[in-house]
Amino acid sequence: MTEWEAVIGLETHVELQTKSKMFCGCPVDFGDEPNTAVCPVCLALPGALPVPNREAIEGILSIGDALNCTLTEDSLFYRKNYFYPDLPKNYQISQYTFPLCVDGHLDVDVDGESTTVGITRVHMEEDTGKSTHVGESGRIHGAEHTLLDFNRAGVPLVEVVTEPDIRSPEQARAYGMELQRIVRALGVSDARLEEGSMRFDANISIRPVGSEELGTRSEVKNVNSLRSMQRAIAYEITRQIEVLESGGSIHLETRHWDEAKGVTKPGRTKEDSADYRYFQDPDLLPLHIDDAWRERVRDRRPKLPAAKRARYRELGADERAADLLTDAGDLGGLFESAVAEGADARTVAIWLTGEVVAYLRREETEVGETSLTASSLARLAEMTTGGDLSATAAKEVLAGVLAGEGNPRDVAEARDLLQISDVNAIEAEVDAVLEQHPQALEKLREGDPKPIGFLVGQVMRATGGKADPRMVQDLIRKKTQE
Amino acid sequence: MPVEIDIERVAHLARIALTDDEMAAYGKQLVHILEHAERVQALPTDGVEPTSHPLPMVNAFRSDEVTDPLSRDDALAGAPDVEDGYFRVPKILDE
Repeated sequence: MTEWEAVIGLETHVELQTKSKMFCGCPVDFGDEPNTAVCPVCLALPGALPVPNREAIEGILSIGDALNCTLTEDSLFYRKNYFYPDLPKNYQISQYTFPLCVDGHLDVDVDGESTTVGITRVHMEEDTGKSTHVGESGRIHGAEHTLLDFNRAGVPLVEVVTEPDIRSPEQARAYGMELQRIVRALGVSDARLEEGSMRFDANISIRPVGSEELGTRSEVKNVNSLRSMQRAIAYEITRQIEVLESGGSIHLETRHWDEAKGVTKPGRTKEDSADYRYFQDPDLLPLHIDDAWRERVRDRRPKLPAAKRARYRELGADERAADLLTDAGDLGGLFESAVAEGADARTVAIWLTGEVVAYLRREETEVGETSLTASSLARLAEMTTGGDLSATAAKEVLAGVLAGEGNPRDVAEARDLLQISDVNAIEAEVDAVLEQHPQALEKLREGDPKPIGFLVGQVMRATGGKADPRMVQDLIRKKTQE
Repeated sequence: MPVEIDIERVAHLARIALTDDEMAAYGKQLVHILEHAERVQALPTDGVEPTSHPLPMVNAFRSDEVTDPLSRDDALAGAPDVEDGYFRVPKILDE
């Protein structure tokens, strides 16, 4: 029985979050109304000329830098020619030879084991418009006609191509997650698969273990979550093994993932790359990225997710909390600043990954839109460790701060949650309780520890839960010995 | 060196329908062009910097600023067929 090995390469498209499109000033942030963010350039009207968006070039260079690529000194735009109406020019401006970033790598943890995925290239191109196929099937096959909306045509698009270094669906997913974290950390894209601002295509082939030769690959498209990418790749590996083991052969083809049925289905047979008749776009000047520019890109590289995770662990967050804080970009920053202001790391990590994450999900909001700040977290942590607030009360205060009720002290006062830290006041309550329960006091004095819980409970009730239970217990012990 | 060209394939790639006469004529012209390229390629270019553009310029950029798009009516004005604010085109695949 042959043992098979999967060989997987990923192509990832990332839409950059610039204000304007790649080659014209049309807005990238458009509504649902079709063809309202278009102009002579992105509609390919005669005589219109493209001019590259500098911010988009900065964006792709940041991505290439974060993926440990060499930033190409002299780079060119090409025309990729094809006949499909989603771009009105009949070609897509893309890159071919001399892409902006080459020869990088990304380290990815799979089940606690570190692996490295080679990055072949990262190149700049433009997104296409959206086609709606109208007809009974709602699909391209059997459509009566097609409607075109060019709002998305010309949005800056970065393509990241890996080496065929990936060996399992799990590794593919881990790579996808890490890449998503990186582009979010760089602030160049929101990288949402479900909204199409990040899209994965997987090239998959199998070969007998030990073989160096690559098998014929199929390309799987249409995965709209990292989970479905993992499922689609796993399905495709099984399918290819079954085909080969039953004496069949794999065809070079594009296959579409059907999420509902959990299968890939054949699409068009792949054109070879010569069919795109790539040639340099004469409308666009060469790009020259000099040493100074490369240095600027390196200098502004923010702390990347892998470094952040390590840092949060170092500060005292546990593994799960460190992952959560890294994924929720703003929360990690908040964590670091609060700890810098003296807050206890473990306490803050627990609040952020517990109450705060739950609140943000429930209210469908971002932490930046709430009144929670690093200082308020630090104050809250201080009040808790200082004995002003019980752990339970602290969570209630946190909810109040998130809801915009004010700073922790105001919320604690308004909600009447401050613990009584005045020893004399608590002592008076303790005395009153002991007076009401002489038998309990007697038992304690005789060395029976049982009544202590009852007595503490009575004092807590008398103070409306605002006494520090530990202090109450100490006071009762002291009275016993009098 | 004789240059050969598959004019039928070239025409198909460009989605241009050619008659037999046109194929013969354009085929001949394309061969001339390719022969010229061959002659250029035969020149000694050691020590010559490669150029990729006729102008000695690089990095013409625009800053990331939004300009007003066309009104939708203007955008669709030249379209042969329109439906609900969309450009409408015939079915894409004959299958």
